[in-house]
Amino acid sequence: MKPAAPPALVVNGRGMRVSAADKRKNLLTFLREDLDLTGAKRGCGIGQCGACTVLADNRPLRSCHALVADVLGRSLTTIEGLAAPDGSLHPLQQAFIDHGAIQCGFCTPGMVLTAHAFLLKHPAPTREEARKAIGSNLCRCTGYQQIIDAILAAAPHYKK
Amino acid sequence: MDDLKDKAWRNDAAAKVTGRARYTDDLKLPGMLHAVPVYSEFVHARLIEVDSAAAAKSPGVVRIITARDVPGVNRCGQILKDLHVLADDKIRYNGDVAAVVVAETRAQAVAAARRVRVLAAPWPEVLDPEQALLPGAPLVHEEHGSNLIHRHVIRRGDIDRGFAESAHIIEQEFRTPFVEHAYLEPEAALCRVRGDGIVEVRGSMQHPYSTRRFVSEFLGLPLARVEVVGTPMGGGFGGKDDTAALVCARTALAALLTGRPVKMTYDREWSMRESYKRHPYLMRYRMGVGADGLIKAVYVRMVADGGAYCSVSPWVTWRSTVQCCGPYVVPNVDGEVSSVYTNNVFTGAMRGFGSPQVNFAIEQLVEMAAEKAGLSGVEFRRRNMVRQGSTTITGQVLEGHVVSLSQVFDRVLAESGYEEKLKRASRGRGEDDYYGIGLALSYRGVSLGAEGTDFCAAVVSVQYDGSVLLETGVHENGQGAESAMILILAEELGVERGRIVYRRSSTSSVPDSATTVASRGTIMGGGAVSRAAAAVRLQMAGAIAAELGCAPEEVRFAGGRLTAPNGKSVDFTEAARRLYRDQKYPYALGVFPAPHVTWDEHTGQGKAYFTWVYGCQAVELTVGRRTGRIKLLNAWAAHDVGRAVNSAALLGQFYGGMAMGAGYGLFEELAMKDGHLTSLNYDTYRIPRATDMPEMTAIILENRDPLSPSGAKSIGEPANELMAPAIANAYFHATGQRRFELPVGRVR
Repeated sequence: MKPAAPPALVVNGRGMRVSAADKRKNLLTFLREDLDLTGAKRGCGIGQCGACTVLADNRPLRSCHALVADVLGRSLTTIEGLAAPDGSLHPLQQAFIDHGAIQCGFCTPGMVLTAHAFLLKHPAPTREEARKAIGSNLCRCTGYQQIIDAILAAAPHYKK
Repeated sequence: MDDLKDKAWRNDAAAKVTGRARYTDDLKLPGMLHAVPVYSEFVHARLIEVDSAAAAKSPGVVRIITARDVPGVNRCGQILKDLHVLADDKIRYNGDVAAVVVAETRAQAVAAARRVRVLAAPWPEVLDPEQALLPGAPLVHEEHGSNLIHRHVIRRGDIDRGFAESAHIIEQEFRTPFVEHAYLEPEAALCRVRGDGIVEVRGSMQHPYSTRRFVSEFLGLPLARVEVVGTPMGGGFGGKDDTAALVCARTALAALLTGRPVKMTYDREWSMRESYKRHPYLMRYRMGVGADGLIKAVYVRMVADGGAYCSVSPWVTWRSTVQCCGPYVVPNVDGEVSSVYTNNVFTGAMRGFGSPQVNFAIEQLVEMAAEKAGLSGVEFRRRNMVRQGSTTITGQVLEGHVVSLSQVFDRVLAESGYEEKLKRASRGRGEDDYYGIGLALSYRGVSLGAEGTDFCAAVVSVQYDGSVLLETGVHENGQGAESAMILILAEELGVERGRIVYRRSSTSSVPDSATTVASRGTIMGGGAVSRAAAAVRLQMAGAIAAELGCAPEEVRFAGGRLTAPNGKSVDFTEAARRLYRDQKYPYALGVFPAPHVTWDEHTGQGKAYFTWVYGCQAVELTVGRRTGRIKLLNAWAAHDVGRAVNSAALLGQFYGGMAMGAGYGLFEELAMKDGHLTSLNYDTYRIPRATDMPEMTAIILENRDPLSPSGAKSIGEPANELMAPAIANAYFHATGQRRFELPVGRVR
């Protein structure tokens, strides 16, 4: 018995193998078209808006600008993987709802994941740090204020 | 009763925060094809031929569609039918679509589109709207006879006498640029022909009913055979009207011709190249002010660049006409606003709709006038502002609602500490970075006004288990319209919101309620919901009134019960059951027609809007002495919203509107070269980031409007129309220099 090879890619905790053809695919296209994980959005296609943000080993990654080959061996989290397996929302997701941080929702998956990665590293941020943390994610609806409110409200949940 | 006001709530928030919400491009249908548009290199050209022979042989190509394939009418438009869905006789701007390529995969469609050749003879182009009005200018639409799309006039009092009575005359020219809506979701459509022959359209659009009209005329099908189904949408801001409908129409034709479902999703570059923008304005003002500090006369001429197509230019410029003097009493006015065809990208509806441009001008002009008259900007505004019973420049008496302009003004002055801070403004002096504070005021006519037929429908259907279905003609653009409608109904029926399910409406189930624009969603949709709820209450009360020992009109709906004045009560669900047992439905169609308005096109006089909202915004900033970089420090906004239906969503409109207004004030403008847009994505078109924005303070005033059945009015656009002039005024107070062109922060 040969030991099983490690999975090529882990997406939301699920290991999977990818074909040679898949490896050449754009990561966002692969997630959306092949895995039907449509939470990550294509807003600009050039890595400017952040709507396509996913986490690779808990670090934000612009999936529109990456190939599947770029993330082999890493653990990806998409917005679909943030809630608990029983469907209950992550405290950060709940904070976005409670603080009115969601309007059209197109930036929301990328915004939530960017904030999540930030809070994992900085569980007690100032308002200014939270503002800077989402400085590369565009939102045209909210003016960002309630998103910052939500990040600060969720921060205590990240303290170990 | 649950927490209606203290905590944020939206019916779609959980789906959006988990990625479950499916926007148009997230949907797939079995056998689905992909379509992409084909543009040409031209700006103005006579179209000769679309050569698709090579492209047709590309792998995966199923069909290439041109104007020749259109079974119905290829020309559409909400006012003038001058907009070809697929280019026929001419290319009129660089975003005209000459063909659509349909293929098995999107990548195949994109590859094939590159092989389509558009053959045309270049024609002299006209890119400057003033030149376009000169005799001999190339005509964008020959059949129209001139490049003038429309001209509105406003004549009030005696302009000559007004200037004769003036002690001070202020003359100034202002300019504003093309601005992009920059909704995060580019246009998309997914269409199929169902087994019953109905053409089903899903798409990212904010006007299902005009999309249905465009699609039905384009395909030559009756309205009843086209069904536009609401789909989550990633922002519109007025921008998902005409262009979004064209994307839907082309996709529907592709589905009809191939017999398969077809999806067309736009790249950001296609979206920015093709979609209409906010109108650039050239405004020449002359204002006369008396020795008493009162405005005696305003003479103004405006030219708006309409680009290649009419779209809603006459409506946009109409609002500019009505609001051209700001919220001030001016007895003598001579105004003209012209919208003009050019070969630039066309322009149309964008949040504000003709007000951001004039506000930028007038709110600087009043400060310039104040200075000449030896008054502070605050005092000058106080002397001239509209008050209860004032007559507007169109002859409308402001009555029937609370004219709260002085209230919003006072609140912003107090909360921002405006007058104290103004004393500290640098005015171009000092060693440090310049510091300044500025503000702007506005009034705004609510909903469409005399620009269009204005009414809206809602359907309330109480089920026999006490749950409630609600549908309205208002569209969820991302602003939270559905949630607002649910909250209004919950209050009207006295039940918890959890009972109510908003059924995403289709154009086949709710009568044409026009488009969700003009900040009319809450007031018009809420009005229709209130009317439907009132009818349902009467039905339910009628079934149990005898038992309660009172008249149906006396039954009160609260806490999930129907209660008589004598204290007897029946559960809401029980009352619903009773009706069904009596073979009656607790069901009603509510209709809210906007109250009467009038307009005389020749004089520009009339009751332009049935009610008005009032707002004031202020901003504090620094300007780098060497860099010229503007940094916003704090911002305040006070708006009278009639009634707050959903506080968190309301705040979101405040903050989002202020941010978009800040972008307009600071740096937003589309770059163009010879009729070609050179800003085609977020790397070359800058919108505000979190780090560009200051902390914002929202001040909500609630004076319930008797003409709004729900008491609520508007916020979407009022919040968006004041930050740019406030920034311009703050910039002046900081640097001592006026900026008469937007954006204020343009690198010069």
